[in-house]
Amino acid sequence: MSGQVDGAGASSPREPDLHIFAAIVENKFGVLARIAGLFSRRGFNIFSLAVAPTDDPAYSRITIVVDVHNTDVTQIAKQLDKLINVINISELHPSDSVERELMLARVGAVDLAAVVDVISEYGGEVLDHTDDEAIVSVSAHPDRLDRCERQLRPFGLHVLQRTGRIALRALDASEPAVGMAS
Amino acid sequence: MELTGAQALMRSLEMSGVEVMFGLPGGAILPVYDPVLDSPIRHVLVRHEQGAGHMAQGYAHVTGKPGVAMVTSGPAATNIVTPLCDAFMDSIPLVVVTGQVAMSAIGSDAFQECDTTGITMAVTKHNYLVTDAADIPRIVAEAFHIATTGRPGPVLIDLPKDISNEMMTWYWPDGVELPGYQPRSSVDPAAIAEAAALIRTAQRPVIYAGGGLLKARAAEALRELAEMCDIHVVTTLMARGVFPDRHPLCLGMPGMHGNYSAVTAMQQADLLINLGARFDDRVTGNPAHFAPGAKVIHVDIDPAEHGKVRVPDVAIAGDARLAVEALIAALRPADGSDTTAAMADRSAWKSTISGWQEQYPLQYDQPSGGHPLKPQYVVEQLRDHTPDDTIVVAGVGQHQMWASQYWKFDYPYTWVNSGGLGTMGFAVPAAIGAKVGQPDRTVWAVDGDGCFQMTAQELISASAENIPVKVAILNNAYLGMVRQWQELFYAERYSEVYLSADHPDYVGWAEAMGCAGIRVESAEEVVPAITKANSIDDRPVVIDFRVDTEEKVYPMVPAGGSNDDIILGPEGDADAVLKGSAPS
Repeated sequence: MSGQVDGAGASSPREPDLHIFAAIVENKFGVLARIAGLFSRRGFNIFSLAVAPTDDPAYSRITIVVDVHNTDVTQIAKQLDKLINVINISELHPSDSVERELMLARVGAVDLAAVVDVISEYGGEVLDHTDDEAIVSVSAHPDRLDRCERQLRPFGLHVLQRTGRIALRALDASEPAVGMAS
Repeated sequence: MELTGAQALMRSLEMSGVEVMFGLPGGAILPVYDPVLDSPIRHVLVRHEQGAGHMAQGYAHVTGKPGVAMVTSGPAATNIVTPLCDAFMDSIPLVVVTGQVAMSAIGSDAFQECDTTGITMAVTKHNYLVTDAADIPRIVAEAFHIATTGRPGPVLIDLPKDISNEMMTWYWPDGVELPGYQPRSSVDPAAIAEAAALIRTAQRPVIYAGGGLLKARAAEALRELAEMCDIHVVTTLMARGVFPDRHPLCLGMPGMHGNYSAVTAMQQADLLINLGARFDDRVTGNPAHFAPGAKVIHVDIDPAEHGKVRVPDVAIAGDARLAVEALIAALRPADGSDTTAAMADRSAWKSTISGWQEQYPLQYDQPSGGHPLKPQYVVEQLRDHTPDDTIVVAGVGQHQMWASQYWKFDYPYTWVNSGGLGTMGFAVPAAIGAKVGQPDRTVWAVDGDGCFQMTAQELISASAENIPVKVAILNNAYLGMVRQWQELFYAERYSEVYLSADHPDYVGWAEAMGCAGIRVESAEEVVPAITKANSIDDRPVVIDFRVDTEEKVYPMVPAGGSNDDIILGPEGDADAVLKGSAPS
């Protein structure tokens, strides 16, 4: 899978132009491969992808963050909608959405209190620690996670795992611009 | 009623209306080949699995019904990937069944195992791996529904051997339930009204007729619209025959090897009415320079085609026939008066077009004395000495372009070829499939010598099954289209394109496969050979037409160039070389 997952393209020559798509898909064998294959062969660039069953286990909800640089946004939605197992697809505009992402990190923690200081600002917690290392967990808006990650870096960021964002339309948001009545 | 999965599969095919299937048995599909013996479905045994797929395509092209092929696992499945991709590109409805190793062996690199659903995901509209025999009727019903509705395309069903042997209780579903697949055919009246307004005011309109019109059975509606509005029509490679070539409003084929009038009318149009075409690069040339002054109405059943290449001014998503009929209704005056009276004055445009037609017809020169024999002359003589409703099937290359250019297609569904994928070797098996679908019609494959060598073995299938197709090989001893590009764009450095006119001995080969073989070396022999071929109906016929190796396809727009830079003939070659754009 293409895309960068270690922060918002800090070393990239251009800022990525990220759009969020939410798809409800049938929870069937191979669906993720169909979506990944479609993105790959159409040249769409996946930035992050999160998938898990909905309240109805027959369906999964997929949140795909796409770097749409040089890509027609409506093409992405229309091509996804052609997959038989995709029930519907909509674009979530960041201003109309609530977003969250979870991060687990193994950080240097000789000074554990200092680490706790940083992550408590983001509602994070220490899940495990030794004399010189800690595993911390932070769940926040992805932009805030980027900031938290930068603040943890000086401690020594030994292992970083982020989940990719999930998002829901905000309660007072209007209907999607690229909603495909499928 | 208890059936094996294999019996349920055959029963499901019967319930889906299948009359003919093309295939070749092998290990993993063996259980299904046993009930084939008891089924009313005719099975045509092929010699190579690629042949099964292309036969199913030819059958689908000329009947409008889905083509069905069945092969075993592993190498058989990979051999049918090319026809799947071809059908995907040209929106041909196919249902292909492949055998698979037993469920318990999947993932173990078992004998003749391959990840068929994984491999074909990118070249099918949808595919299935059957994991429970009880699912077979539902999956088959869904497969035919998906293949034939919306934008048609190929669907593959991968059937593990143990599932074929498993018992299930027979049922046939009342319908299909596919919440993620709701193809829309009806058209938006507001978009139709907008399109009608553009058509009324356009001064230089052109109808850009694509293969979608054939899929939608819309030839009659198209003719009514064109005549009512007095608008010229170009028919793309996939749409040849949807509008009669002899009709005064027909401009013929546009694109890289389109004729000058079709190409230039599109370039200079102020309105393109795209009905079921997809702005393929072989039509547009460099899209940035394509029809720069034209507004675009784009009718396509696949909304993803809207804006994929060219952003339309009016997008109409839906069935092409319904869209054309809605346009006719919107444009026809309520008082029964002449529709064109309510439209912009187009007399200047019409006289410009007829000027082009007069000045720049398709042309070639067949020297007297018969040598060298020109391929265009062969196509014209074939056209003139075969029934009007003859089905013509081409491979891919120069011969395909000459066939498309010089045949006069006056009926829909008389032209079968591989457009999008450009599959060499398509003609022989597709012609066999077409003849199976339309046994009372004359079917001629117009093939190249390079193409013929790729799939000729299917003529053995045709002989064995008594399917009397006729094949005209335009034998120029080269991979001719590649040779043409090397001549024009690679300074005549001919790299690996010479095939020899004599090896193989096509007449001897044809006879060895149970066909009649005829060799033609001069213009004088052409008509007698065609007449003889037409008189043979108890076996296939192959004519080896020895044609001029240096003849090139013109007009030509160099790949990636602007359609304004169309080269009309050999005198324009120097320009082409100068342009030297990297062709693709």
